[in-house]
Amino acid sequence: MRLRLRIWLVLLAGLVQFGAPPQAVAQTSAKEGLHLAVTYLSARPAPPPTLSNLDPVPEDLGRAGAELARADNATTGRFLNHHYALETVTVSPENGVEAARSALAMSPYLIIDAAPDLLLQIADLPEAKGAMLFNVGAPDPALRSAQCRSNLLHTAASYAMRADALSQFLASKRWGKTALIAGPAPQDQAFAAAIAASLAKFGLRAGKRADWSADADMRRTASQEVPLFTQALGDHDVLIVADEANDFARYVVYNTWLARPVAGSVGLRPAAWGRVVEQWGAAQLQSRFRDLAGRDMQPRDYAAWAAMRSLGEAMTRVNSAEIETLRAYILSDTFELAGFKGRPLSYRAWNGQLRQPIPLLHDDAVVANAPLDGFLHQNNELDSLGLDRPESACTAFEGE
Amino acid sequence: MHLRFAMIACLFAAPLSAEEIWVTNEKDDTVSVIDVASLEVIRTIATGERPRGITFSHDYSRVYICASDSDTVQVMDPNTGEILHDLPSGEDPEQFVLHPDDRHLYIANEDDAITTVVDVVERRVVAQIDVGIEPEGMAVSPDGKIAITTSETTNMAHWIDTETQSLFANTLVDSRPRHAEFTKEGTELWVSAEIGGTVSVFSVSDQAELAKMSFAITGIHEDRIQPVGFEFTEDEKTAFVALGPANHLAVVNAQTYEVEDYILVGRRVWHMAFNSDKSLLFTTNGVSGDVTVVDVAKRKAIKTIKVGRFPWGAALRP
Repeated sequence: MRLRLRIWLVLLAGLVQFGAPPQAVAQTSAKEGLHLAVTYLSARPAPPPTLSNLDPVPEDLGRAGAELARADNATTGRFLNHHYALETVTVSPENGVEAARSALAMSPYLIIDAAPDLLLQIADLPEAKGAMLFNVGAPDPALRSAQCRSNLLHTAASYAMRADALSQFLASKRWGKTALIAGPAPQDQAFAAAIAASLAKFGLRAGKRADWSADADMRRTASQEVPLFTQALGDHDVLIVADEANDFARYVVYNTWLARPVAGSVGLRPAAWGRVVEQWGAAQLQSRFRDLAGRDMQPRDYAAWAAMRSLGEAMTRVNSAEIETLRAYILSDTFELAGFKGRPLSYRAWNGQLRQPIPLLHDDAVVANAPLDGFLHQNNELDSLGLDRPESACTAFEGE
Repeated sequence: MHLRFAMIACLFAAPLSAEEIWVTNEKDDTVSVIDVASLEVIRTIATGERPRGITFSHDYSRVYICASDSDTVQVMDPNTGEILHDLPSGEDPEQFVLHPDDRHLYIANEDDAITTVVDVVERRVVAQIDVGIEPEGMAVSPDGKIAITTSETTNMAHWIDTETQSLFANTLVDSRPRHAEFTKEGTELWVSAEIGGTVSVFSVSDQAELAKMSFAITGIHEDRIQPVGFEFTEDEKTAFVALGPANHLAVVNAQTYEVEDYILVGRRVWHMAFNSDKSLLFTTNGVSGDVTVVDVAKRKAIKTIKVGRFPWGAALRP
């Protein structure tokens, strides 16, 4: 039997009736009702140079997702006299702390796209005490473990969640022998480390690993360089590539020494979102996003959307804009966000991570949805992805 | 010559005498027509793009089909399968309900957060009503005074006064409300919530929540139990609720709101329709691309009928 907000719903059912169409309500009582102001702060480092110029990073990456969610929230809010404001601030990382400070002076709700060290600096500001910060851009497992903060929630999927999704797929296909190529960037190394940990967790064999060091222009010589490079990896069922910026990974596919599928940052990708996700009503979210942003929705947009929608969903359900009330509800067992991925999304009470299915996809279709059938969990199958309670060293959320 | 005449005579005679279940195939752009006597598909008819909602006019001389990706409601002659004309429907019509006056269609425009009211005689839009995001479930009270739209992302049932074509109440329900039906002479409104995993019952007179049902099937995680379409038996004492990817129907006692039974059907069961005497129930199973026939009295699945890809809506033609 699920816990249900029956009492709240009965109360709300009484509160939300109007005798007039919504337009009239908005005009007569715009000043009353509940107001929630959120800041979207982008303090992302400039994207690294890549060999190919095919996929520029959209200027509004992440921000557009928050804007869509604000509009989604506002449509519901219209019927409840709830109002949502979204301020967007874009700064370079060195100005991130200052920008966060001024944003927190206005509102305690902050959605942040920044590197882990900056996120922690912001979370540790005196102004951020009691605030609600959402991490939409940093997948590092440490932020969900020893370095967690009780005022920092994560809607971005962690490297561990993506790695576990891939491992479940490999296990179900019985592609038990892997080889790995990792890029030189810290993100590549972190994803590679999460993959290694995940393979061990799911009892798969981590074969040889090679660190990408070639500095050739792969657009010209991939067909000569990559077979040689991958020849040294020995026999394997599947080649995993950790290259988060997709710098060299795109040149590995079909150029390997052995005829093997490629997965990881390219080929079969575990990703929180992608344009090929269309089941469970996702087609509607995708088309709303394309209408708004004029491009396809990416994982960072999805994380920002989920953060803003979480606040909206909570305010709708508890009919309050008080931060303590919203936070308690968001972290409770009763919170459910319909995230267009086929299962209700909720937050892990031990580290503030948003539980979510991770699709395994390639450019043209979704191949599978993790958690895959058969990967069971005593509480929630979604906790078979990423740091489960015993795996996380986070203690900041304890005693709540 | 005689033979041809006989064939034509058959063509016209058959649909008049035999009961049929019409099923829209969302990803095949077709309707499959199932003969209730033989439980076979006897006709497959081309439609517009992504057909979903389907309903007949009261005299069964017309069938209305939501062709979602063609942004229109198609009006078909069920005898010939010919599209007679399109109705202006607003963008992306997903589901609709025909008013008891047999003249006004209330249409959910999924991509536009709008409910469109269309006069099927004059073929014009009578009203467009702003509702929540992704409107889907549509119902109208037996006396025709109230229409309901449920919005999937706003998570509300919107109550429309059909006299003024404006909202008079908005009721929060659990996540992703999918389907709504009036029952017990229009005194109760039932709403299913797909992600919430519940069916809520509201009192129509004051929109207060009377009950909420949730479901549990051994061996299936609660997150996979996602109520979508539902229908009531003739005496309105029992409801059958499609549970989506749980691949089961729930049999609910509509008096006590208790679940009495579960029936295994095809994969991702969406919607359903009864035959005329309501002894058989036909469910559309989206993922497995088939229709399960359930013996209502025995509460047992008796046959699976292959139809097109992603069957969605179902309607009876007596």
